[in-house]
Amino acid sequence: MTVPAASRPVFEVEGLSVDYVTELGDLHAVRNVSLAIHQHESFGLVGESGSGKSTLAMGAIRYLASNGRVADGSVRLNGVELLGLSPKELRALWGAKIGVVYQSPLSALNPSIPIGRQLAEVARQHLGMDSAAARGRVQEMLTKVAMPDPDAVMKRYPHQLSGGMLQRCVIAMALMTNPALLIMDEPTTALDVTTQAVVLDLVAELKREFDSAILYITHDLGVITKICDRVGVMYAGEFMEQAQLKELFKRPLHPYTLDLLGCVPHFDPTPQKRSLVTIPGSIPRVDQLPAGCIFAPRCSFVEAACTKARPPLAAVDKGHLSACRRWQAVPPPAEYLRAATEAVRGVQTACDTSDVLVRTSDVQVHFKAPKGTVRAVDGVDLDVCEGQTLGVVGESGSGKTTVARAIIGLTPRTGGSITLKGESLPRTTGRRPRSTLRQIQMVFQNPDASLNPTRSVGDAIMRPLTLLGGLDRRRAKDRALELLQSVSLPVSYFDRLPHELSGGEKQRVAIARAFAAEPGIILCDEPISSLDVSVQGSLMNLLMKLQVEQKTSYLFISHDLSAVQHLSDVIAVVYLGHVMEVGDATKVLTPPFHPYTEALLSAVPLADPDVKQKPIRLAGSVPSAMNVPSGCRFHPRCPRNLGDVCREQEPPWREGDGDHRIFCHIPLDELERLQAETLVLEAEEGA
Amino acid sequence: MARFIVRRLGFMVMTVVLASIIIFFATTILPGDVASQILGRFATEEAKSQLRTELGLDKPVVVQYGTWLGNFVRGDWGESPSMNTLVRPIVFERLGNSLMLAVVAFVMYVPLGILLGLIAALKKNTWVDQTISVGSLAFIGLPEFVSGLILIAIFAIHFKWFPSQSAIPPGTGFVEALPYLILPAITVALTSLAYVVRMTRSSTVDVLQMDYVRTANLKGIPPRKVLFTHVLRNSLLPTVTVVAIGIGWLIGGLIVTESVYGYPGLGRLLLFAIQRRDLVLIQSTALLIVLIYVVANLIADILYAVLNPRIRYS
Repeated sequence: MTVPAASRPVFEVEGLSVDYVTELGDLHAVRNVSLAIHQHESFGLVGESGSGKSTLAMGAIRYLASNGRVADGSVRLNGVELLGLSPKELRALWGAKIGVVYQSPLSALNPSIPIGRQLAEVARQHLGMDSAAARGRVQEMLTKVAMPDPDAVMKRYPHQLSGGMLQRCVIAMALMTNPALLIMDEPTTALDVTTQAVVLDLVAELKREFDSAILYITHDLGVITKICDRVGVMYAGEFMEQAQLKELFKRPLHPYTLDLLGCVPHFDPTPQKRSLVTIPGSIPRVDQLPAGCIFAPRCSFVEAACTKARPPLAAVDKGHLSACRRWQAVPPPAEYLRAATEAVRGVQTACDTSDVLVRTSDVQVHFKAPKGTVRAVDGVDLDVCEGQTLGVVGESGSGKTTVARAIIGLTPRTGGSITLKGESLPRTTGRRPRSTLRQIQMVFQNPDASLNPTRSVGDAIMRPLTLLGGLDRRRAKDRALELLQSVSLPVSYFDRLPHELSGGEKQRVAIARAFAAEPGIILCDEPISSLDVSVQGSLMNLLMKLQVEQKTSYLFISHDLSAVQHLSDVIAVVYLGHVMEVGDATKVLTPPFHPYTEALLSAVPLADPDVKQKPIRLAGSVPSAMNVPSGCRFHPRCPRNLGDVCREQEPPWREGDGDHRIFCHIPLDELERLQAETLVLEAEEGA
Repeated sequence: MARFIVRRLGFMVMTVVLASIIIFFATTILPGDVASQILGRFATEEAKSQLRTELGLDKPVVVQYGTWLGNFVRGDWGESPSMNTLVRPIVFERLGNSLMLAVVAFVMYVPLGILLGLIAALKKNTWVDQTISVGSLAFIGLPEFVSGLILIAIFAIHFKWFPSQSAIPPGTGFVEALPYLILPAITVALTSLAYVVRMTRSSTVDVLQMDYVRTANLKGIPPRKVLFTHVLRNSLLPTVTVVAIGIGWLIGGLIVTESVYGYPGLGRLLLFAIQRRDLVLIQSTALLIVLIYVVANLIADILYAVLNPRIRYS
């Protein structure tokens, strides 16, 4: 199936520019970009939000909002120029020669039409099939994407299927006609990490089976290593660098790529915590681009000449293009990482009973629903020690957020106890004294929703100072200004309203507000998940810096195992309302693992193409918390299921070194033996 | 789905019972004595008390309510003191008239409103959209007694195309009544049109921006087919609900329009009964109108569920 290197690319974009006509004038959203993709090849389009990745893809296939237009360039599919085609000619290509897979499969499918009919539409439109033949074709395609029971699925409506199943349907729809070009726009971003792994495997397999050239859009550097052959890094509407996948990761030749790789926490269970690379400033607006290199204002390799003229994207090595005039000065990633980051602190795991700040014992949060009881949290024991970070990781529906809400008292627990410094906490905030409320603060996932849009930044931070800290307004204002500086925001932001801030800045305000009360512990509920990778990196640095300065404890909740391991001293892995494994960060991430931890670790896409991960995949999705499976709640999906004992009996807690505990029927030495056979993370030299 | 309908029916019965309690007690605590109303001011106390016994007015209020509701359900709606005739035939006669007017008005404004709303949505923010939106809004603010009089002045008095008064005699069939129905129906349609237009426009604008419409377009399906198979089905959902709820108002709530044209519908019957303090007539008419509203709501709920699989299969 390999393609001769000299063959003509299937999809060629040359000098494409896309404009949006707005009240401010024409915005040149994508400027003079070129790329080429061969048959069976997949090209990864990477960039942060606002980099123009989707505009490039949609502009190239001529599907733009009414105010968008292709200003210049050439786009050829199998040699046919797309830019001159009439709407009717375009429609003959869309769906036939060009398939598209979208970010959110639930919204990409029509909620009121059965799935089978939506897929059959493509076969009827482009393959000239009658409805019976089209149904047959849909069935065949659903089987190809490994859909269990295609007949039943075809009769279902989108809301009746899980996200992973829906995305398979959308992929089946896009590949129905064996298109020449398949565009995948963040197809796994909305999925859980274990589902993402399954879908990525499927795409990798279909890539070999079908003839399509793939344009894969993502912000996730880990995901592209699983799928892409070649990668283009976009920034503010232009390519900074293009190279073969391994080349790009091993020897990036543009400072932006280098920085992006450094923003992502590397999977590295060592006891020393280092900061991440940060990129100062933010992506410029396309109507306010600097005169020279557009990355120059944020670049750590900048010199005067960089700001004079804009360097073009030029070949610097075979198949390696960089838009940096100083590409020879760009150091290898490992060297740069050591120089640009610093050791922050060591992992702290020493914790006596007297150091325990928050302890949850057998906490339950059950909700009554019309058809039964939702056991969202079902017996959780956790300790958070002073000055330490407890990372809680699990898929959506694992109950991690509900645990945090029970601790702070927003959702009353229905069983068990929670203590703060040894004293039992009442179930709801209403019954807790102010001194207790002050001790526990929270940072939420979505900063847009957690800041009042009508209150200024200063007001938001002063509120806990006057309410819980007992300061008068003048002293509260002084303190709020200090806090703004400590989260690296200019004091001029004091009077701004939330809508004038970027997502990352809003989250900094939320963090400042949480610290204002001088709490003992801050519950961070996915505080970085909705942000761009470079912003994530700087926020993780900020959280770590403030922790060292203020000796605050964190409960850090995330589905992102890399972020959790980066920040945490102790990690708890939760599944369906119960802790499966807990222990020091280093121990949880090295064998023996709980089989669920093992599956999570093999599913995380690591941003390193040289690492081979064990192909452990979980079947199906997390069951409903209304029907918690008997025995071990993980047994229906467990790859190491022992049979009857797992189905019928609740597993015992198995104690390992130190505080490491695993909730499993398999003895630890047995687990270690099974898992040592093939390590989850295994560097493959020179592959 | 069956469970859904049964539950809705349960709510419906509860609503009607609650409304019947309100209607009954509101009318009985009104000042005025039924017996003296029927027998006149000069009747002897003896005759009046005899009549009260006959009518059951000497019994406790709760018993009176039970008897009244039981009679209503059995179809015995009593005799109207002001018209000296049985209530049920009159009310049904008027209900028939109201239905005729409702049908004509409905046929006028619903398809037109949906069409204009769709055009406005497809031509969003152009002069077409603005003309449609402003135009339909202008009529919403115009009270029926104003628009009605204008219509009469133009079409009845100036052009003499339609009669200015619509006081059709009892027993008129739909075809003979039609000329009398046009002007009142237009009056009603003018005020209702804007709701349908705006609802259709805003939901269609929303749906056109949905990801699944992009999916459909990028499947290469022709625009007209995208509109009919993917857009309309979802964008008409809210309109269907609003229109179905509006049926109640069309049949039982047109007091002003019916008065302007002298049209013998349910609304005017209720107004007449109130003016004459005819409690028996008020109670029956009001409860019937409540029933119509409740049924209209039930239809709206069921239609919504039928059209929306997320409700049908949950």
